[in-house]
Amino acid sequence: MSILSLHNLTYSYSQSHESAIIQGLSMNVHAGEFISIIGVSGSGKSTLFKLIAGLLEPNCGEIRIHGEKCTTNRLGEVAYMPQKDLLLPWRTVLDNCLLPWEFNRKPSRGHKEEVIANIQRMLARFGLGKYEHCYPNELSGGMRQRVAFLRTLIAGQDLLLLDEPFGALDAMTKREMHRWLLDLWDDLHKTILFITHDLEEAILLSDRIYLLPTEHNQGVQEIHVNLPRPRHYAMNYDPHFIQLRKDLEQRLYEKTSI
Amino acid sequence: MRRPLFRQWAHDYGWFALLLLILLVSWEAVVAIGWVPSFIIPAPTSIIRSLIEDSPLLFGQHLIATLEEVSLGFLLSVIVGVMLAVSMHILRPIEKALYPFLIISQTIPLIALSPIFIMWFGYSIWSKVAVVFLTAFFPIVVSTYDGLKKGDRDYTELLLTMGANRWDIFRTIEIPMALPSFFSGLKLSIVYCVVGATIGEWLGGTKGLGYFSRRMASNMHTDAMFASILLLSLLGISLFMMIVIMEKQILKRRGSTK
Repeated sequence: MSILSLHNLTYSYSQSHESAIIQGLSMNVHAGEFISIIGVSGSGKSTLFKLIAGLLEPNCGEIRIHGEKCTTNRLGEVAYMPQKDLLLPWRTVLDNCLLPWEFNRKPSRGHKEEVIANIQRMLARFGLGKYEHCYPNELSGGMRQRVAFLRTLIAGQDLLLLDEPFGALDAMTKREMHRWLLDLWDDLHKTILFITHDLEEAILLSDRIYLLPTEHNQGVQEIHVNLPRPRHYAMNYDPHFIQLRKDLEQRLYEKTSI
Repeated sequence: MRRPLFRQWAHDYGWFALLLLILLVSWEAVVAIGWVPSFIIPAPTSIIRSLIEDSPLLFGQHLIATLEEVSLGFLLSVIVGVMLAVSMHILRPIEKALYPFLIISQTIPLIALSPIFIMWFGYSIWSKVAVVFLTAFFPIVVSTYDGLKKGDRDYTELLLTMGANRWDIFRTIEIPMALPSFFSGLKLSIVYCVVGATIGEWLGGTKGLGYFSRRMASNMHTDAMFASILLLSLLGISLFMMIVIMEKQILKRRGSTK
């Protein structure tokens, strides 16, 4: 079943359609998939996320979430995690994670006590059990990112949009986060759209990769990652992995060199 | 425990205290030698003597009167200032309409306006409160308004994707982010309040430290006049410190906002 489908999406920051940052983009995302989106700077990756989340409206084209056609207000339909953790510095870890619940006005949002218990369970699982009452400035970069991810999960949406969530972390911490996310993935039962610049990261984590075009005559390219799950870091040296990486690099390189 | 505390104090205020001491001693010496007649600049010791001699009158009547005017004026400034700032922030037409008036209100020379205040409010406390209000509300409006505008776009977008409405964003992002700026405004304003009250009393009054200082000046009681000025300055300092303590208490447990 397709959880998200984009059909012929076009968006331009200015009035003229010629300078559109996204033009005629179509893609399909199935429930439970991990999909990476790669593209050079300025190819409209973040704009695409803002369109899906409902922060922007497309000039033309169609966005369907859960098969339903979205007209205007789809804010609050999908969970969105930006590159910066954006934890509120005056709120504790627990209170930060409660934010999505506070804004949820649907009757299904549950009681506060239940949500808190749920957050505490997840914090413990994320290795953050002791930090429930800490403030964000008392945490390391990796920990803050995990809290931000937990906050994204608490929103309770099936589709998560992660905009370079590990982009600001150092290489070591990033590796740690990959390991952590791979461990988590099988129990998560979520669908993730993941923006990244890091090809290895994209191959290691995803089921499919979309390469956004830079020139508008090129379409979106789709790459299947046929590596078995559960994934682990040793796969970096798998010949198939190396082949995929080479292929990706070639496509990216060819694009930017033209 | 005593020693480190003293050291800390010496580290923070040592140089200031030393310079103050040097100034006071040379001042005293200049008057004692007779270079300057004491009715032009009284010696520090005679100011203190006069402060003690007149203390029942100074503290029992005039300080209380000034404090009343300052408190009322400050309270009014905070209430009206915050209301103006919030409405300007929420409704753009209000901002467009009011901002020029705010500036105009600050360009009017208060002294020129005072006869009107006396006509409106008589010699009652309200003519002084009006002067206090006119000098003190401006920094509150500007600092609160600027603080509310600081609400970060990234945070706002994140909250929108969680389904937050305008009021949610105002209460969870904009108010906490405006607090540091708001407190800067309060600190400026409280100092202006004391100045405003003094001006108000000069223009027409029957009690208050400003009135007392003016009466003493016209009677050539320079030492008593300086005593009341000293008290006014101390009043300003203590009120300022109270705001600082309040600010520290409220902003204590939060990390850097930036």
